[in-house]
Amino acid sequence: MEPADELLNEDAALELHTDPMRLNMGPSHPAMHGTIRMVLDLDGETLVNLDVQPGYLHRGFEKSCERGTWTQVFPYADRLNYVSPMLNNVGWSLAVEKLLQIEVPERCQYYRVILGELSRIADHFTCNGASAMELGAFTPFLWLLKVRDWVWDILERETGARMTHSFGRIGGMAAPPTATFKDDVRRVIPEVFKVVKETETMLIRNRIFLDRMQGVGVLTKEQALSYGCTGPVARSTGLPYDVRKDHPYLVYDRFDFDVPIGEDGDNWDRFMVRLEEIRQSVRIIEQAIEQMPDEGPINIDDPRITYPDKQAVYTTIEATIAHFKLVMEGLQVPKGEAYSFTEGGNGELGFYIVSDGSGTPYRVRVRPPCWYNLAASREMLLGGMIADIIPTFGSVNMIGGECDR
Amino acid sequence: MSQAVIDRLCAHFGDRILETSDAFGDHEVVVALRDWVEVAERLKNDDELQMDHFIDLTAIDHPERQDARFDLVLMTRSSVAGARIRVRTRVEEGEAAGTLTHVWSGANWAEREVWDMFGIEFEGHPDLRRILLYEEFVGHPLRKDYPIDKAQPLVPYREVEDIQKLPPFGIEEGQPFARIDWEARLRGRDRQVSPAIGLQHGQRRALSDSEAARRIQARIAARKEEGAEAGEPEGAKEGSGA
Repeated sequence: MEPADELLNEDAALELHTDPMRLNMGPSHPAMHGTIRMVLDLDGETLVNLDVQPGYLHRGFEKSCERGTWTQVFPYADRLNYVSPMLNNVGWSLAVEKLLQIEVPERCQYYRVILGELSRIADHFTCNGASAMELGAFTPFLWLLKVRDWVWDILERETGARMTHSFGRIGGMAAPPTATFKDDVRRVIPEVFKVVKETETMLIRNRIFLDRMQGVGVLTKEQALSYGCTGPVARSTGLPYDVRKDHPYLVYDRFDFDVPIGEDGDNWDRFMVRLEEIRQSVRIIEQAIEQMPDEGPINIDDPRITYPDKQAVYTTIEATIAHFKLVMEGLQVPKGEAYSFTEGGNGELGFYIVSDGSGTPYRVRVRPPCWYNLAASREMLLGGMIADIIPTFGSVNMIGGECDR
Repeated sequence: MSQAVIDRLCAHFGDRILETSDAFGDHEVVVALRDWVEVAERLKNDDELQMDHFIDLTAIDHPERQDARFDLVLMTRSSVAGARIRVRTRVEEGEAAGTLTHVWSGANWAEREVWDMFGIEFEGHPDLRRILLYEEFVGHPLRKDYPIDKAQPLVPYREVEDIQKLPPFGIEEGQPFARIDWEARLRGRDRQVSPAIGLQHGQRRALSDSEAARRIQARIAARKEEGAEAGEPEGAKEGSGA
């Protein structure tokens, strides 16, 4: 036996003794996208305790909503989850429409579904691409962002903006679909499929990627439920909860699609769930494109809610007055409280709105999926290594705008 | 589906369920503040209800209301039955609600947020501190009496001993507005100096005080005189041209 080994008694393991160390990660750290600060207590490189601190992007969304009209919330809603703003727009429209007890025309419902699913694809592309990039795989990131740009091209043609569209309206949309809308979508969809396949080939047999993702950042189903996790984070733990399936809104009950779920709740499952959801979104879009009527109104026919035709505003006094009242006073939402929720990019995006019967919201509460997903990230990270923060935090896909509001 | 939850709660709690509602399809029960935690525990642990999925917890401020100022609203869902329920209670200003952190972990951040935004305390919360705003913030911004355009003074940097220099720098420190040493430039020796050295050499002294400035002003005055002398013939020429 070597003399050195004799010195080691049973208590002293082979590892070196270290003192606990406190380290600040963020708020401006490249991996803490969305400006989050994590205060880490480290034993060597193992996380023994951590405190996740949001708030660096807090700008008072809920307070700001209380001073404008109901329609003026759309630009704010855009900036909640700025990676998939269309889903927020649709979510807000549906919330107000629930209080107004109206339903938009069928063509608009399909239009909302397609634009929303395109946004979801863009959202998942960003998340998965960034996850891969942070682990050193830059190529898939560029590939995915390339396709995201094609998706954004469609959204730009439809809405006029690539990111913050502000395209939703209460009782409809800001504009009807363009003449080439269906063809544009049909052209891009196969490309999306191709790139998803390419990315898969590149990543899912890559040993480095697998080692960083599999078995890292594990969340159990019970924890996910207790923390209020939704979306891909909850589904990766084996919880088959998708608002589109469980509480169908718009026309989601007419489509044939699956809800992918994981088993282990680790980074790998979250990554794969998102990848599969892109495929399912494509399936939904394909069916919606076929079913969507080519003719028909987009906005509901109610002068108390919908803006009058611009030409009529300029030529008739009735339309001028209606337009003036809608702009200056806002549409009047009856008194009441309602909670409306949709499947956002990261899970259940809920709006809990309180109206006092006037043209201004009394209280707007957004239930952001990221908020509770981020709260649960502490469970995923504790006991892990400091290097695991990067893939885990990436796969939670915390969006600062939604989290801090 | 969610009506069954209300029925079950009513059967168990009787008249301690103060109100029920299903407006807009959202099923809701109103309970007294003292029953808040018990109802939540029942929702989670009841064999039939199993409301194990925490959805949201928030508050609404009604300052003009006579009785209790705040509405505390809890939303949960059952992952088994898919049923949803909203529980509401009323909290007077200064009153503390019981914490739900032992029922659902998600209540931890939600209650911290309600405390931060509305100033409602939660008894028994393990870590009740502000979550979105900073410790020095005065007031609770989502209360109706907090003006939206109110500005709070910038918090001074915390003092740290042993570190001699921390931002913000004093008015005479850091980078001056111009990096150009004007006196050197006017003396014909145009060179860039570091701001700190420039400051020591009196670089930022007002231009009008310096020797060079007086020279410039003298030169300008001389040019004006020349112009005045030559001005008349020029003006005459123009006049004749027109």
